[in-house]
Amino acid sequence: MISKKVNSVTEALTGVANGMTLLVGGFGLCGIPENAIAELVRLNVQQLTCVSNNAGVDDFGLGLLLKKHQIKKMVSSYVGENHEFERQMLNNEIEVELIPQGTLAERCRSAKVGIPAFFTPAGVGTEVAQGKEVREFNGKQYLLEYAVKADFALIKAWKGDEAGNIIFKGTARNFNQAMCGAAKVNVVEVEELVPVGTLNPNEIHVPGVFVQRIFQGEKYEKRIEKLTISE
Amino acid sequence: MLTKEQIAQRISRELQDGFYVNLGIGIPTLVANYVPNGINVEFQSENGVLGMGPFPTKEAVDADLINAGKQTITTLPGASFFDSELSFGMIRGQHIDLTVLGAMEVSQNGDIANWKIPGKMVKGMGGAMDLVASAENIIVAMMHTNRAGQSKLLKQCSLPLTGINCVKTIVTNLGLLTVENGKFLLKETAPEVGIEYIKSVTEGDLAVSPDCKTMLI
Repeated sequence: MISKKVNSVTEALTGVANGMTLLVGGFGLCGIPENAIAELVRLNVQQLTCVSNNAGVDDFGLGLLLKKHQIKKMVSSYVGENHEFERQMLNNEIEVELIPQGTLAERCRSAKVGIPAFFTPAGVGTEVAQGKEVREFNGKQYLLEYAVKADFALIKAWKGDEAGNIIFKGTARNFNQAMCGAAKVNVVEVEELVPVGTLNPNEIHVPGVFVQRIFQGEKYEKRIEKLTISE
Repeated sequence: MLTKEQIAQRISRELQDGFYVNLGIGIPTLVANYVPNGINVEFQSENGVLGMGPFPTKEAVDADLINAGKQTITTLPGASFFDSELSFGMIRGQHIDLTVLGAMEVSQNGDIANWKIPGKMVKGMGGAMDLVASAENIIVAMMHTNRAGQSKLLKQCSLPLTGINCVKTIVTNLGLLTVENGKFLLKETAPEVGIEYIKSVTEGDLAVSPDCKTMLI
């Protein structure tokens, strides 16, 4: 067994530096790497490029980094829940690349699996297509999109083992699976780090080969963005 | 005029047995409340679930279980979870039978704009560009006019586009229209709404179907 275990979030994020590009898992506040984000705030690293579907909310998730102006550029598909972010964007205080959600996911997956670029129909005829190669296949137009390049991926899973094998829960899987393995260093935080041999190999979502460091998060708030209840 | 619930109700009659359906945020989400009896459909949410059920009771709330609108949800028997990449694989690969989404503007050739008002509002396109670029069957659910009373059915969209030549059907508070040969075709009017009135609040070219009838709600 090759051990990927590190003992703290600080050890897990060793090497994160100013100006780096980070992939950050999660959809809204669901499945975000809470402990790694808190550590980025503590480290006070600057000029980050964050690739993440959303930008958190004003006081949680990546919103914590935005508030402190640690993020130079965001690459996201939807930022509607974060007012501070929208303000920074409309005032040109932050660089923003908005890209279709499926394209974002595929750009991560491609990086992970050694595909340098791919064609997708999303964004044809829109401002997303500006400056991009368009090619026709079977009578339909597609845009050429490239795999992301990133220094670190910050991933949140439900359970994992020392070998780096991980399992997600519910819709907290989202971007975490495609991003895990897409960066040079892939760091996973889990709610529960279990002894090797405990997880059923049939049920592993991401094999440890895609993971460089794994640790058990100290605590999880798991904030709910829009609590909606049936009467 | 139709309420938002009635727009959703009308759209629900387009559901067919065996359909996998993606519902956008807003009025489209309400469609799930009106699935006709006797048919089975499965709702997909692009953040990674097929087989979405109703909102949870207080006791059943799970922070790890939300829809693409970030609302807490439940799953039904037969549901499955997957990651964002596979979710959009389902969408691009045309395994989803129907997409219902909202819009700020629709043009008479089927273009749609719903993600950005330059200088004012930038929320992002989310999954909408992927959905409209790939779906065969797209229904737009929206009000016929904006808050200023201006038509949202236009000759050409003025806002940044989400997709081109993709909208097939539009259900508004005033009626049901399709996009045919570069025009809006009025097929159903909402109860107590006249054709002349619909014409007066539709900026795009509008033809009236010879079979145009009053909508059953």
